[in-house]
Amino acid sequence: MNHTPGHPQLPAGETLLAKADLLRRNLAGNFRDQLVEALYNDAHAIAQRAVKLPGARRWDWDQKIDRLITSPALGLPLMLALLAVIFWITITGANYPSAYLARGLFWIEDAASGLFESWGAPWWLTGFLWHGVYRALAWVVAVMLPPMAIFFPMFTVLEDLGYLPRVAFNLDRLFKKAGAHGKQVLTMSMGFGCNAAGVIACRTIDSPRERLIAILTNNFVPCNGRWPTLILLATVFVAAAAPPGVASVVAAGSIVMVVVIGVLFTLIVSALLSRTVLKGEPSAFTLELPPYRRPGIVRILYTSLIDRTIFVLWRAIICATPAGAVIWLLANITAGGQPLAQYCTEALEPIGSAIGLDGVILLAYVIAIPANEIVVPTILMLYMGENTMTDELTSAEDWRSLFVGDHQWTLLTAVNLMLFSLLHNPCPTTIFTMWKETKRLKWTLLGALMPLAIAFLVTFIVAQVWRLIAAGL
Amino acid sequence: MADCASCSSCASAADLARMGLDIGKHDYVVALAGNPNTGKSSVFNAVTGLRQHTGNWPGKTVSRAEGGYRFNGKRYKLVDLPGTYSLLSAAQDEEIARDFILFGRPDCTVVITDATCLERNLNLVLQVLEISEKVVVCVNLMDEARRKGLEIDLRALGRDLGVPVVGTSARTGEGLGQLLSTVAEVVSGRIRPSPHRVTGDGAFQQAVAELVPLVEAAAPGLPNPRWVAMRLLDGDLRVQQALLSGELAQAAARQSQPQERIPLSISREGRQ
Repeated sequence: MNHTPGHPQLPAGETLLAKADLLRRNLAGNFRDQLVEALYNDAHAIAQRAVKLPGARRWDWDQKIDRLITSPALGLPLMLALLAVIFWITITGANYPSAYLARGLFWIEDAASGLFESWGAPWWLTGFLWHGVYRALAWVVAVMLPPMAIFFPMFTVLEDLGYLPRVAFNLDRLFKKAGAHGKQVLTMSMGFGCNAAGVIACRTIDSPRERLIAILTNNFVPCNGRWPTLILLATVFVAAAAPPGVASVVAAGSIVMVVVIGVLFTLIVSALLSRTVLKGEPSAFTLELPPYRRPGIVRILYTSLIDRTIFVLWRAIICATPAGAVIWLLANITAGGQPLAQYCTEALEPIGSAIGLDGVILLAYVIAIPANEIVVPTILMLYMGENTMTDELTSAEDWRSLFVGDHQWTLLTAVNLMLFSLLHNPCPTTIFTMWKETKRLKWTLLGALMPLAIAFLVTFIVAQVWRLIAAGL
Repeated sequence: MADCASCSSCASAADLARMGLDIGKHDYVVALAGNPNTGKSSVFNAVTGLRQHTGNWPGKTVSRAEGGYRFNGKRYKLVDLPGTYSLLSAAQDEEIARDFILFGRPDCTVVITDATCLERNLNLVLQVLEISEKVVVCVNLMDEARRKGLEIDLRALGRDLGVPVVGTSARTGEGLGQLLSTVAEVVSGRIRPSPHRVTGDGAFQQAVAELVPLVEAAAPGLPNPRWVAMRLLDGDLRVQQALLSGELAQAAARQSQPQERIPLSISREGRQ
C-alpha cells in the first residue's frame, strides 16, 4: 500500500474499494439480493405490527373495476369508447360557444376598425392592428377556447382518478413487442398532455437505449396544442360531411382513429429504432396501479382551466400576435402586382399538392412553427386574405363552405391535414427539451426531423393512393 | 391523532407562513421523499402555497421542485424529490433523490408514505433511515385508509422505526401542523431519532461491520458510513466515484458550513 501523505483520500479510497470487492466476492449470495431481502423482511414485520384491518374491506370495488378495464378482451375497446365519448362531448359542446365567441369578437373588430376609420387613421394602421394582429387573436380565442375548456377538465378527471396508468397497463404488451420499455407507455400518456412533459418524464427510464426510444417517439401522440386542431378539423370536415344525426359521433370516431394511428406510429417507429440504431432487449419493470381516488373538484378546475387551458391559450395568443402581423403584411405588401403571400403559397403549392394539401396550408405551418396550436386560425386568415368581412364566418358550416366551396378542399385534404398535424415535427419547446434531456445534437435533430419526414412520407403515400383509387373509380 | 387545538405542545397551523418561491435565505433545508403517488406534491403545495402540478400518476415529479415556508419564526427550504420505490438503482430519478439526501445533507428528510399500502412504502423508509438519522415519517392518505377500514398504529410504527411518525391527509390539511412542528423539533435537535437499521443475516452483518471503519477512515465525519459501506458492497458506481473523487470527504467536511450544503453539480442536475 502506497500512502502518499499529501493526498490521504485517494489511496484510502482505493484500499477501501479493494476491500469491498473482496468482501463482496466472499459473500455466499449476491449482496444486493441479501440487502433487498433484509429490507423486505423488516418492512413486512414492521407493517404487520402497525397496520390493522378491523373494518370491512372496501378494496373489492377497486379490484372489480380494475379487472374489467384492464381485462385483455375488454380493456382496449373500453378505452377507445371512453375516448370517443369524451371527444363527442367536446365536439357537441364546443359548437355554440365557438360561434358566439366568434360573432362577439369579430363585432369588436368591425366596431374598432370603423372607429379608427372615422378618426381618420391611415388604412394600413387599421388593417395591421385590427385585421391583422387582433383578428389572429380573435380566431385563436374563438376556435380554441371552447374545446379546451370542455376537453381539459374531462382529461384531468381521468388523470386524477388514476385511469392513465391503466391505459399504460393495457398497452404494455404491445410496447414490449416493439422492444420498448414498459414505462414508455406512461411517458406516451403524458405526451397526450404535453410532449415536452412527456420527454422529461422519460428520465424515469433507466436504460439509455429505451429512454432515447421513448424521447424520440413521444411526438407521435397529439398534445394539448394539437387537440384543438384535430377537434376543429373533425368538426368542420368529418362532422359537416356526415348526415346531421350522426355527425358528432362520426367526428368523435375520427379523432379516436387519429389517436390509434398515433399510437401505431409510436409502436412502429419504436420497433424500427430498437431493431436498427438502438438495438437491444426490453428490460423488465413494475407498473403500479394506483388506487382510484375521488378527484377534488377545485383542483380539477384549477389544473384544467388555469394550468392547461389558460396556459395553452396564452402561448397561442403570444404566438398569434406576431403571426397575425406577419399574415397581414404578407397579404398586403405587394411586389409586381401581387401580394407576397401569393408568391409564398405558389412556391409551396407543388409540395403541398403532392401531399394532398395546398400551398396555403404549408405556409400556415411555416408561420405557426412557434406554436402548432394556431395552424387552423392561420389557415383561415390566409384564405380570407385581404377580405375584411368576418361576420359570415362564425360557425362550423361557414368554415366548411369557405374550405370546400372557395378552396376546393376534399376529404383527402382533411384526412391528410389531420395526419400531418399528428405526425409532423414537435414544437420548439419539445425540441429544446429533447436537447436538454439527451445533450446530443444528433438525437435532437433526429427527434425533430424524423417526424417531419414521416409526416411528408405518409401524407404523400395517402394522397397518391387516394388519387389512384379516385381515378380508377 | 389528537386534535391540534387541544394539544399545547404542538404549534398550530396558524404559525405557518407560506413563502412560495421566496427561498433566498433559509435556516433549514427539508427534503420530501417517498414512493410515487403518495401525495408528496400535495404536501409540498399545502406547505409552500405553490401550485406544483399534482396528479394520480406515478412518476409525475421527475426533478426536484423547491419552495419555502416559515414556521415559528424559522425559514425552511422545502425540496420535493422525485418519487421512487427504492434508492438502489441507477435510474435518474432515484439518483437525484438519493444524491440529495446523501450529499445535499438536508436538515430533515420527510418520507411521505401511503397509509393504504404501508408495507411497500416501508422499503423506501428503511433505505432512507440507513442514509440519514434526521427523518420524519409522514403517513399520508389517512382519510383513504379509514375509508378502506384500515387502522394504522402510528405509535407502534414510530417505536419500530425509531423516528417520529405523523399521520396526515394532505388534501384536507389534516395533520400538517403537527408534521411541521415535528420537523421543527427534529431540525432543532429537540427530538433525536435513533433509526431502525436493516438486520440481515450474519454474513451480511459482518461484511458491513468490517467495511464501516475503512469508510470512516476514508471520509472522516461522514454521518452515514454504514450506508456508504453497503453501497460499496453492492458495487454502486456512483458512490465509488464519489469516494475516489473526494466528493464524499467534501460532503463530510461541509457539515460545518451550513450555507453551502448542496454541491453545485447536484443542484444543477435537479433543476429543470
